[in-house]
Amino acid sequence: MTDALLAITVLWGFVFIYAVMATMDFGAGFWSMVYINRDKTTATNVANRYLSPTWEVTNTFIVALVVALYSLFPKATYTLGTILIIPGSAILLLLALRSAFLVFSNIATEYRKPLTYISGITGIIIPGILISVLPITHGQAIDHVDGVANLDLASLFTSPNTYAFIGFAISSTLFLSSLLLADYSKVSREMHAYKVYLKDGQIFGPLSLAMAFLIMLTLRNEAPWLYDRMIADLPLLWLSIGFFLIAGLGLFLPSFADKGVRGMPRLAVVATILQYLVASYVYGKAHLPYIIYPEITIQEAFTDPNSFRAVFTTYIVGFLILFPGFFYFWRLFMNDKQYLRQVGEEKE
Amino acid sequence: MDNVLIARSLFGTTMAFHIIFATIGVGLPLMILTAELIYQKTKNYEYVVMAKRWTKAFAVLLGVGIPTGTIAGVQLSLLWPGFMEVIGRVMPLPFQIEIYAFFIEALFMSIYVYAAERISPWLRVLSLILVALGALASAVLITNVHAFQGTPAGFRYENGQIVDIDPWAAFFNPGFAVTALHVAVSAYVVGAFIVASVSAFKMLRNEYGSRLYRFHQKALMISLVMGGIFSFLTAINGHAAAQYLHEYQPEKLAAAEGLFETQSHAPLAIGGFTDRETQEVKWGIEIPWALSFLAGNSFDTVVVGLNDFPEELWPPLFIHTLFNVMVFIGTFLILIALLGIAWKWILKKEQWPKFFLWILVLSGPLAIVAIECGWIFACTGRQPWVIYRILKTADAATSATNLGAISILFFSVYIILGIAVVSVLLYYFRKNTVLDDFERAENKGIPLYGSNS
Ligand code: HDD
Ligand code: HEM
Ligand code: HEM
Repeated sequence: MTDALLAITVLWGFVFIYAVMATMDFGAGFWSMVYINRDKTTATNVANRYLSPTWEVTNTFIVALVVALYSLFPKATYTLGTILIIPGSAILLLLALRSAFLVFSNIATEYRKPLTYISGITGIIIPGILISVLPITHGQAIDHVDGVANLDLASLFTSPNTYAFIGFAISSTLFLSSLLLADYSKVSREMHAYKVYLKDGQIFGPLSLAMAFLIMLTLRNEAPWLYDRMIADLPLLWLSIGFFLIAGLGLFLPSFADKGVRGMPRLAVVATILQYLVASYVYGKAHLPYIIYPEITIQEAFTDPNSFRAVFTTYIVGFLILFPGFFYFWRLFMNDKQYLRQVGEEKE
Repeated sequence: MDNVLIARSLFGTTMAFHIIFATIGVGLPLMILTAELIYQKTKNYEYVVMAKRWTKAFAVLLGVGIPTGTIAGVQLSLLWPGFMEVIGRVMPLPFQIEIYAFFIEALFMSIYVYAAERISPWLRVLSLILVALGALASAVLITNVHAFQGTPAGFRYENGQIVDIDPWAAFFNPGFAVTALHVAVSAYVVGAFIVASVSAFKMLRNEYGSRLYRFHQKALMISLVMGGIFSFLTAINGHAAAQYLHEYQPEKLAAAEGLFETQSHAPLAIGGFTDRETQEVKWGIEIPWALSFLAGNSFDTVVVGLNDFPEELWPPLFIHTLFNVMVFIGTFLILIALLGIAWKWILKKEQWPKFFLWILVLSGPLAIVAIECGWIFACTGRQPWVIYRILKTADAATSATNLGAISILFFSVYIILGIAVVSVLLYYFRKNTVLDDFERAENKGIPLYGSNS
């Protein structure tokens, strides 16, 4: 594997982790808003309990992603920075409002409702704009004036492909987050909330699949080079659909472990994440070697070998140092059954 | 306005806003840690109440500090892509390592706040230490990029090409140690005097001798001791920072001091305004020979003046004022910390004079003003360079042209966040009084940290 390929794989890994974490984060914020008026179910509390300790960690991943991009592929920075100024600024503005009001809503309890509405709504728009970076890198909406690349917003937002991506981002955000929250409430033994989230998963699952098909359909006209290369990996695309169906089983079948309970949310969560993994691998592989089609490739944009070695060393050392921290964090907030149940009971 | 000017204003405003929260975010954890340690030692729950209340304030401030930092980080690539291209190739390490510091801060902050009642005291202290270290490390690392802008190292620049890249040599550039230390100790100055401000204000609002008066007085004493120590260190190290300017960025020092002619026995100008036409500092006080001594520890030191450089490479001359304000505030803070400590511990007075408390109320905002002046001095004083003698700011800027409207949106969001954060802090502390927290701390059954979060 060449160094450039290794670097783009690391980057892809970061994108994938951030995509999963952000999906859960923004989705949980949205559900916490949707169910805020239902006093009977504890759905909002479950969402908040997940969200409060995790949003900061999730946010750090987006910073890590940007840093990795310009440290590994510095020569793409100039073009990327220029074409992303509008969508990038939009994301930053929404993200700032969203994070701040999320924190405020937990502190200023009397104003919780309006504050939660601000963070919930801004939060659900963000994935839509984030994902629009993908169709931008396909290159159709980029104009060249005097050798400088510029984004043509009009052409970006008249393309059905862009909307397919946006629709997919929002529906899959709601899908994966509802699965995760279903699992989370089941572990906390909050069956009311569990049923609510399971039902949401049943609605948004098929919707996400439809959106994914829509992406492929529109991609065929708008970026045939990408479409053809993705179709070349057809077996993997089938595999991805297979994982999706397993997730469906996890949503509709009665549970093997707990008698009388419908659904195995843990299975659905894992299957869905695997589905994302496979699908995004196919997409990423087809996208290579282009960072921005057709002018910026990973080889051209790649950093200097000395810098790459140094950066890569810090990845390894950083991972070794951080891993115990992440593990402890996970155990404390996501896997401490006693804690989750106890909090669940207190709230009831 | 031309494009580069808008980009500079937008980025400068972002930084000026972020730095308020970032600096408090570095300084406050040390105060919390101090209170927590005093509590573990004395078991006087008043100290854990302090730690809790400061932690809440910290958590709210993080809600603005983190998103504005995210804006800063991404805006660097959006507005200065030419700069980040060089940084990405030569100086990626600080940003990279900073991510780990952010993770440590974020993980253990959540653990300290949301699991406070589930973990043992020593784990709590450990979490806090990691939060404080994470915040400190992120400040030191980001400052290192700024140091590199002033003293670039670790590569050779030939015919417009960057060759022979050594990222670790870039990391340990000559400005790193002195600059990072200055930023770190000055952040602790801010953390301490912010607490001093609030405590002094509360002492003014509560009757002398009351339980609350004494509580706030305890907090005030912690902050005066910490503030005194760190403002002293800041001044000493600031002196070293000025000497490093003398060595590496002489035109910045010359502009800071309003010195036009290269000379030994150079005078130090305090106050006043630099006049470009007459080449002198108007309405300032001159101390003969002092600048030479400050720059090189000897009156014979030759200090380079602005006339040795072409005028288009001069930094803006108003940085003289920014520098003076920073140094004046630094000196002033040392004095009031000493005065306060002497009042309580040498003169053994219990009651504080009102006018002195009012001065203390001003100390926190003054420390923030010093930070702002110091940074604008350091960044604007580097102009026209973004990387000293390598890359001009104008050449690093984005070629996108629609920056005006974007800037207005960012400014509006900063205003909204600024108003909201102050309102939320006021609301929270009005709702959860110190007495409420005393009650929670006395009754073992009620969680102190978990309350209302
Ligand atoms: C509480 C804040 C504070 C206080 C009291 C001081 N400083 Fe400072 N100073 C800063 C906060 C600061 C800063 C905001 O943190 C800067 C901006 C860039 C940097 O490295 O630190 C800075 C920069 C800075 C620089 C420029 C470094 C550069 O351009 O790279 C010098 C020469 C000094 N300081 C010197 C001093 C002296 C002689 C002080 C005497 C008391 C002093 N500072 C007090
Ligand atoms: C946090 C406190 C900071 C403040 C208040 C601040 C302030 C400013 C201001 C006012 C400008 C515009 C300068 C001018 O055009 O006159 C600027 C520019 C800039 N600063 Fe800073 N800055 C801060 C920290 C940093 C740090 C830590 C870095 C390094 C990562 C940095 C990098 C830059 C860059 C790249 C520019 C744009 C290019 C230039 O104008 O030189 N700044 N900053
Ligand atoms: C020297 C001045 C700076 C200091 C002391 C500083 C310090 C901090 C601190 C302590 C935090 C943690 C959040 C908080 O406590 O509020 C933070 C957040 C952040 N800062 Fe700054 N910062 C500075 C300048 C910058 C600059 C120039 C950038 C842009 C490159 C930047 C990027 C960030 C980012 C991306 C975050 C968010 C981290 C996260 O997602 O967890 N900071 N900063």
